[in-house]
Amino acid sequence: MSLDNPIRSSGELEDLHGVLVERRSEDHLCISICTGTGCVVGGAESVVDAFVEVISEMGLEEKIEVKPTGCHGFCEMGPLVTMTPSGYFYPQVHARDAREIVEKTLLNNEVVEKLLYHDPQTDEAIAREADVPFYKHQKRIILAENGHLNPTDIEDYISIGGYKGLAHVLDEMNPDEVITCVIDSGLAGRGGAGFPTGKKWEICQKQPSEPKYLVCNADEGDPGAYMDRSILEGNPHRVIEGMCIGAFAIGASQGFIYVRHEYPLAVERITLAIEDARTAGLLGEDIMGSGLNFDLKVVRGAGAFVCGEESALLKSLEGLKGEPKQRPPFPVEKGFQNKPTVINNVETWANVPHIINNGPEWFVGFGTEGSAGTKIFSLVGKVNNTGLVEVPMGVTIREIVFDIGGGIPNGKEFKAVQTGGPAGGCLPTSMLDLPVDFHALQEAGTIMGSGGLIVMDEDTCMVDVARYFTKFLEEESCGKCYSCRKGTQRMRELLDDICEGRGTPGHLALLEELGHAVNTASMCGLGQNAANPMLSTLRHFRDEYEAHINEHRCSAGVCTELIQYTILEEFCDGCAACSKVCPSECIVGEKDSLHTIITEDCIKCGSCLNVCTRGAVLITSGGGV
Amino acid sequence: MAASDASSASTVEEITPPPLDMNEVDRILEQHHSDSTELIAILLDIQDALGYLPIPALRHISEQLEFPINEIYGIVTFYKHFKLTPPPKHQFTVCTGTACHVRGAVQVFREFERQLNLDTTICNTTPDMECGLETVNCIGACALGPVVIVDGEFKGQVKQTRVSSMIKKATRSSGGDTE
Repeated sequence: MSLDNPIRSSGELEDLHGVLVERRSEDHLCISICTGTGCVVGGAESVVDAFVEVISEMGLEEKIEVKPTGCHGFCEMGPLVTMTPSGYFYPQVHARDAREIVEKTLLNNEVVEKLLYHDPQTDEAIAREADVPFYKHQKRIILAENGHLNPTDIEDYISIGGYKGLAHVLDEMNPDEVITCVIDSGLAGRGGAGFPTGKKWEICQKQPSEPKYLVCNADEGDPGAYMDRSILEGNPHRVIEGMCIGAFAIGASQGFIYVRHEYPLAVERITLAIEDARTAGLLGEDIMGSGLNFDLKVVRGAGAFVCGEESALLKSLEGLKGEPKQRPPFPVEKGFQNKPTVINNVETWANVPHIINNGPEWFVGFGTEGSAGTKIFSLVGKVNNTGLVEVPMGVTIREIVFDIGGGIPNGKEFKAVQTGGPAGGCLPTSMLDLPVDFHALQEAGTIMGSGGLIVMDEDTCMVDVARYFTKFLEEESCGKCYSCRKGTQRMRELLDDICEGRGTPGHLALLEELGHAVNTASMCGLGQNAANPMLSTLRHFRDEYEAHINEHRCSAGVCTELIQYTILEEFCDGCAACSKVCPSECIVGEKDSLHTIITEDCIKCGSCLNVCTRGAVLITSGGGV
Repeated sequence: MAASDASSASTVEEITPPPLDMNEVDRILEQHHSDSTELIAILLDIQDALGYLPIPALRHISEQLEFPINEIYGIVTFYKHFKLTPPPKHQFTVCTGTACHVRGAVQVFREFERQLNLDTTICNTTPDMECGLETVNCIGACALGPVVIVDGEFKGQVKQTRVSSMIKKATRSSGGDTE
């Protein structure tokens, strides 16, 4: 039994599943190599090639399977290699390690000491993936599958019970029951707003107008967030299955997956998965002989952040400029080509099959009241363990940053964490114990957003961060609303003034007033939240703004116009490394004697700081260090 | 509307190399059944094939789809990915996502600017079109920030001190190709 012929019934799917499970269980050794973007940059492809070569040289192709998988999540430590069934795990693997791993670990069940992961906090060597603190404190439902699946092999997905949820829905449930199940689970949109998914489906299903459409929003534009990409790249069939279940419940026959063009691998993987699902009779006409017709089409975005906003996304789907429009009517009433359309985020769709398989009570079992289930966050910035983490809603920011993330590198102080992307806000140290759920974050002046968590340390200037996000939004504003178009520009200009030493106390009052006006008067989510980065940093880090204005001091040493570089006499050994790299030739001094920077000529590029091995170059600002 | 289009178009056309294979454009139009709702996909495919969107190609699309040229121009300038000028031989793309930003992407970007001597009047390339510099909002390789993409190849944890050797390496390899 194989996938040469389309699957005609749920019984056939079950038979195939049985065959696949049996085929893989006999003495099956598997080595999974993460080929997510992070690991690929670290050289994962050559690691895969090396394993394939070593295994074929040793004639072990029948015994050991080499599986390139999607993102495992622990991007900081890539390329990652895990072995089943032993559960052994090696980080930062090189191609040259392949032979030793095969000979020792796979064939003799013996660990290679020098490759083991060492906990940076305790320096303890850890052999199994499940014992690594980064993984141990997570609750991985969606991400867990990424590490064991070959995303280009539909049989692999079926072997872990894939499309079982769809088969169950088609055989045993009616559309209303499916919607009730999703409503009972409390699943809320993972893309940002947190609207109850089941409710959205119900409203759409009840619309008299036909046909109905489904959209998967994979226009993941928030800089610093890449969970949707990892799901599409690592587990595309989970999303397709979720959408098929949605199509059955809502009565849609056509769906779209709108992906950023910046994610070419995601486009490739999901396109292939759609073709494979079609060939297998799991997508297209008469799915699994049930009479359900549903097909999917991949649409690429062309680089506009605002297209993540649903009404703008719909315009872009129709081939037009992605300008948002007034809501209501909402897309569930009048969406794609004015027909009822359900738009859900990638992670939301991926949760659906799990809810069908395990029941709504199981899903409610994770998380808090009002925020059920798990959420994937991308933990990035100044943190030891950068990567994707999946946790139950309601864990605290402290747990995520310190227990899972391993704290701040190089012994620096934690300063803030930014949540919710450019339209979100920054939370200070005093809010580390805030539980992460939709409600708590909103009360704290920020949003969940798509799940980016950007950690900042003492070397991050909060005024500069506010300027960075405001500039981002200024560039991405579609220009339709005056308040957003000009408001973001004016806010950025005021922040420029403060960062460049032209700020006055009046700037802060003006920023606050302007911020509220922009948020109130704009039409779409981008404009309505455009002032959040500035307002939230102003709320929690007002002293930094005041230091910039009153003392011309940037304590983080980031704002170029407010800092000076100097060389400390007691540390400089006259190696001349700094004067060699200085592009403006403003460092003078004889070889082997003290060097000095001519401040007036210094362009503050930081080259000298980067090359000095003795720590003699110092940044000062406003009279302080 | 038409007047302002024409003026910006003429500056762009000045640096556009003349040979243009309109058959390629027709082939792509056909693939999309000359359906104007597929305009963005058509433009993406043409840019993939030609490296940019030449104005004559846009005029041709406008005629074939019976879709106003000013609308097409509006779409092309709305989406960041579309380019009206030919790509440089070597493209350096600095990721300025938040994670890269807090890890010092700005310094890396400024270093590229200093080293490359760009002509910023029309497009961000060197006058000989050898090297170009651009930014991208986030490519999702945040663990490795700051990230720079050199001719499609990702480089992680880039320090500004590495910039000049990255430029040298990229331009040297092209010398080998043309020989």
